[in-house]
Parts: sequence; C-alpha cells; structure tokens
Amino acid sequence: MDLRFTEQEVAFRKEVRDFIQQNLPAKTRERLRLGYSATKQDIVDWQRILHRKGWATYKWPKEHGGTDWSPTQRMIFQEENQICHAPEVNGFNITMIGPVIIQFGTPEQKAHILPRAANLDDWWCQGFSEPGAGSDLASLKTAAKQVGDDYIVNGQKIWTSTAHMADWCFALVRTNPNARKPQEGISFLLIDMKTPGITVRPIISIDGAHHLNEVFFDDVKVPVANRIYEENKGWDVAKFLLGNERTGIARLGKSMERINYARELARDVRQNGKPLIEDAGFRQRVAKLQVQAKALELTQLRVVSKVASDGKPDPFSSLLKIKGTELLQDTAELVMDIAGPLAMPDWAQELDSLNHAAGENEPLIGPDWAGYAAPPYLMLRAASIYGGTNEIQKNILNKAILRL
Amino acid sequence: MDFDLTEDQRLLNDSIARLLSDRYAFDARRGYQKSPHGFSQELWDKYAELGLLGLPFSEDHGGFGGNAVDIMMVMEAFGRNLVLEPYLATVVLGGGAIRYAGTEAQKAELLPQIVDGSLKLAFAHSEQQARYDLSDVMTTATKDGAGWVLEGAKSVVFHGDCADMLVVSARTAGERMDQAGLTLFLVPAATPGVARRGYAMRDGTRAAEVSLSGVKLGADAVLGTVGGAMPVIERVTQAGIAAMAAETVGACEAAHAMTLEYLRTRVQFGRPIGQNQVLQHKAADMLIEVEQARSMAMLAAMMVDEEDAAERARNISMAKVGVGQSGRFVTQAAVQLHGGIGMTEEYAVGHYFRRVMVFEHVWGDSAYHLGLLADQVA
Repeated sequence: MDLRFTEQEVAFRKEVRDFIQQNLPAKTRERLRLGYSATKQDIVDWQRILHRKGWATYKWPKEHGGTDWSPTQRMIFQEENQICHAPEVNGFNITMIGPVIIQFGTPEQKAHILPRAANLDDWWCQGFSEPGAGSDLASLKTAAKQVGDDYIVNGQKIWTSTAHMADWCFALVRTNPNARKPQEGISFLLIDMKTPGITVRPIISIDGAHHLNEVFFDDVKVPVANRIYEENKGWDVAKFLLGNERTGIARLGKSMERINYARELARDVRQNGKPLIEDAGFRQRVAKLQVQAKALELTQLRVVSKVASDGKPDPFSSLLKIKGTELLQDTAELVMDIAGPLAMPDWAQELDSLNHAAGENEPLIGPDWAGYAAPPYLMLRAASIYGGTNEIQKNILNKAILRL
Repeated sequence: MDFDLTEDQRLLNDSIARLLSDRYAFDARRGYQKSPHGFSQELWDKYAELGLLGLPFSEDHGGFGGNAVDIMMVMEAFGRNLVLEPYLATVVLGGGAIRYAGTEAQKAELLPQIVDGSLKLAFAHSEQQARYDLSDVMTTATKDGAGWVLEGAKSVVFHGDCADMLVVSARTAGERMDQAGLTLFLVPAATPGVARRGYAMRDGTRAAEVSLSGVKLGADAVLGTVGGAMPVIERVTQAGIAAMAAETVGACEAAHAMTLEYLRTRVQFGRPIGQNQVLQHKAADMLIEVEQARSMAMLAAMMVDEEDAAERARNISMAKVGVGQSGRFVTQAAVQLHGGIGMTEEYAVGHYFRRVMVFEHVWGDSAYHLGLLADQVA
C-alpha cells in the first residue's frame, strides 16, 4: 500500500494544469472563477480545444478516440479542470451517449454520432424524468408506438437540462405498456430535437436562471433505426449509462476550488474591523471543509482504484455522490456567506431588462463576485436531488451493501 | 497510488484475524479484563510468536522492518476485537520513542526485549494540568553528579501499571510551557521513588497515575538529547494518533456490523426493525462515516513517516478530526439503533462506543485539532 501519487501521476497533473492555463480562454476562466455557470459557447469552445488535444473523449476507449489513462489519471484530469476554472466537458455527450453508442450502437451509428458528439457538433440532452417518474424512473409513461418504420412518440419529459440548446435527445420511452415489470417495457431512442411535434418550455429555477425544461412530444416521428439496442431492453441501456462513470460524480475539484476561492475573498472582506479570514469562527468553518475534502479525496481514490481492478461500477460511488454533493453545497454556501448582504440583491435580473432597454452596461451592486455568489448556492440545492437523490443513494447503499 | 496489501501483509492479517477470532470472543475478553493487569499474558506471548511485537523495528534489532501500514492493520484488528494488551503503549509509544531517539546501544539492548515479549513499556508524558498541550510539563529532572533526579507526576499513562520500564518526560530547563528544555528518560519501573496507581479506563483498558519522587537515574537513562525531546514527543504522539485512529476504524467497523445484524434480527411491530427506511438510512450514514474514517486513518498511517514536520503535523491533525468525528457518529448511532440493549455493560456495542470515546479524548480531541488547523487557514 502506498497512498502517494506516483511521479508519473504528479507529472501528468502538471501537464494537464499547464495545458489548461495556456489554452483556457480568459473570459471563460473569469466567469467560472466568479461562480457563474459556463455559457454554451464556453463549453463548446473548451471542449473543442480539448478535442484537438485528444482529451475531450478521455473516458472513451482508445480505439474510439479516447485515451488509455488510468482511473487515477482521469480523476486528476477532471480535478484539474475544476481547480483551474475550466468548464467540464458536456457530460451528456462524453459520459452518457458516447459510451452508450460505443457499447450498443451499430457501426453506422458509431461512425456518425461519435465524432459529432466528441466535437460538440451535436449537443445532446437526456429525456429520462417525467412528472410522474422521478426517483421511480421505471414508471415513465411517454409512449412510443411503432407505425411502419417509425415510432410515434407522445408524452412529456421534465427537468430536461439544456434541452433548449440541444440538437438531439436520448430518451427512455414506453414501448410495451403491458410488460410484466415496468422496467421490461422501456426502449431507448435517439430523437432529433428539430422533429415536428416537439415543444420545449423553460423552467426557471430558484437561481433565476434557465437550465431546466419541460419537453412535450406530440405525435413525434422517430425512425425505428434510431432505437438503441433491442426493443423493450432500454432499461439495460439506462443502467449501463448511469453506472458507466460514477467516479467523477463527487466533483471534488470544484469544492476544492471553491474553498481556495473563499480564502482568497475572505482576505479582502472585513468584519469587525479586521479581515474575515482572521475571524475564528470563519477559520474553523474552512478547516472543517478542508478536512472533509481530504477525507473524500482519499475515499474517492480508494473507490477509483477498486473500479480499476475489477472493472465494475462500485456501489460506493453512491457514497461519493452523497459526500461530494454535500461538500459542493457547503462550499457554495461558504462563498455566499462571505458576500453577505451584497449577495442578496437580485440585481442581475434587473440589469438584463435594463441593458436590453437602454443598451448600456450598468455595473452590479457591490463587487462582481458578490453579485454572483448566491446563484451557485441556489442552483446546487439540486445537486442532492439530481442523478438519484441522496436518499435514493442511501437506498442503493442499503440494497447493495447493507442488505437490511 | 496503491491501496493493495502485499502478500506478507495479507498473510499477517489472516493470522491475526484467526488468532483473535479463536481467542478474543467477548466473554473471553471479560476474563482477561479481570486478571491483575487487565489483559492476557498468554496472548501477549502469542503476539510475540506471531511477530507483532517486532513489526516496526529493524531486522538488526530482531524486528521485521515493517511500516506504519503494518501497524495500521494490526490496530484495526485490535479495534475490531477490543484488544486489551499493552501493544500501543509498548510497541508504538515506548518502542517508538526508543526507535526515534535511542542510541545504538539503547536500541540494541531494549528493542530485542520488546520483540520477544519480555519488556513492556509505557510512555509517561502527559500531566494532570496539561490537557492537550504537549509542552506543558512540570515534572523536573535535576542534575545529580553524572546522573539525574526526577520529581513530579504523570497522568493517564496507558498501561503504566504493568510496564517494566517507563519513558518519562521531564523538564531539564526552561519554564512550564516552554517547547525547549524537555528531556526523555528511561526509568525502570522498580526504581526507588516511582509509585504507580493503576486503574481501568472507561473502555476497560488499563492506565496509571505515576508519581516520581527523588527518582535517581544514571546518565545513561537519558533517551535522546538533553533539552531537545519535543520533536520526539511529537512524533511519538503522532504515531500514537495514527495507530489509535486505525484501532478506532476497527471498532467502528465492528460496531456497524453488530448494528446491521441487530437490525436484521430484532423484530418489532411484526417485522425486523431494519425494514424501516429511517433506520436503513442511518445505517447507510454509518457506513459512509466508517469509510471516511478509514480514509483518514490511512492518511495518518501514510504521514507517520513523513519527513516534513509541518506537513506531518497538519495531516495527522486532519486525521484526528476526521476519525474522531466519524467515530463519534458511528458509535453513538450504534448504541442508538440497538436501543436498550446498547446501554448494557454485558453487550459489546457499548464497549466499542467507549473505546472510541477514549480515542477522542487523548492527544487532542476533534475540537482541539480543528483549532490547530483553523490557526493555519490563510
């Protein structure tokens, strides 16, 4: 047992860090540092820069344009992107549909879809959740009926992140309403978002932003050729997709970056006549988060190395999801609390309409970073809800390990 | 990065597990506890046979040249079985002090006796007024010809009552809280002027109050440099924290396993209580904390031999906080989920709970170490 990074791993981390620092557009870097979400253009630009380097599809097998990085290297790569304020590659493309096509796709699908997903020529979104199918995903009702060479899709998806910017959607639909078990009547379809009959309606979330959507399907024609794997076996594809890469789920680099950012801010912000960083309560809070990040870092490395040796996803990734999202939430909260009252005005919203009307750039109230400090906190309340709520993750731990 | 055990470590692990499962059933443990020094001499001899007592010492001194990961494995197993023998006191603390600070002659004389089981040690450093401050030492050593005379008292000395020899810290210069001016002495327990009052701790392990009055020692009793013991005291303490962190992980793991078993078998309202989701989630939280604690115990083990003193201290503090907080959570939950039976002396879960409670209250509790870490936030 040797818990130190090897020399090669340390060198790899430096190589990644140097590359990011030399190639990440300054505007993107600054936006992410301030806590703002990456724009679509930020993500497209960065993913293409990475793709030219051969790194965008780092999780794919080498013969499909991936790398032969070890799980530890992948973790380092993701962590460095987060620490250096780079956007993460589009997960729908890279972590979800790419591996699904590689595993289940026809040669034609592989040839057409993979390069476009890698270069973000197509932006994918995920049509899984429905109003009546959240944690109980298998109860989904969106129906697909085969007519000739097409499925006719009717129904509704919800919480569909980035559907409004997506070119394609991979969706779970019900092809057999009479199946013995709900899981057995589901198929996995690739749907072109430009198909007539699709309506995307925004859902504005509590951070005031538009990430989420409802997607309505009204007699939408989807070629049967766009089905992945066998009819009524879509659940197997979904399980593969969800279990494929869970080691990055903790997004630990992001939390580490936020802790560093908070320390930086707290050196400037003053409380009771001295820098906030000198406040005993604040320091304790930071120290506690540092301890939690350290523990999670080591646990993640342990899980990653286990995945490496037996090749199967590990139920312990549920542990990473729970602890990782708690830490993301706590670190975002820390940054917001540093901004204090200046984080509270919803001035950015006003500015949007103001700037539209006047065509001029009004400044934010207070420093920029303070104006951006609340939305990540608000948005990250979702972190313990999406990807299987943290309560569902505990059910998974129970089923797989505790067996009560 | 490599989390696998070597073949030797696996074999060692198996033989410890076998020995303890044969000989350390909860009832047998209760028997050992009743013997005069509160542990089993027979098992101590077994540990010597298995090579456990020689693990961290070099082959030149009859040991096996093991590292902190080996100690971690042993301590985890000891934690799972609530082992009572003075392993920590002798091998990790006392033996550690000799290993870190001893002259070649001292090592050659003493380490082989530890390895063969004939010499038990205790690390007599902390004093009643000191709480967690390592430099708060009032015991004095004054020059007496070529030798020294010790005067003072040591408190909560692990296994101080059975030790054949004490490693005693005393002030040879400076004021009460000074970092400098401390010296370690090797004090045979039978030396005139040494008096010991042994007692059981809350977790059933033994400790002692040690008083030193007019204890005359030769010049060769000095361990390490005169006045320069503080770095050694720190290292020994850190090695103790790392070892006991691993022991805590073992105790938490066992308490968690017992709790799961209880949740599966205890029937209320016509079904096993483990079918209640609120208890399943609590058990899942315990699992998470056991694993986080394990990660932090590994960190501590990895850091024991780190050369950079600041880096070592910082990481050991992190581990102490992490294991302390997780350990508290897991063992408190274990008692809670057991209900009434968890409160009883005759049931093991309350003993795990108290073992972890003792860990939390030696060498700095979580709040203390969090304070040290907070001081470094910048």
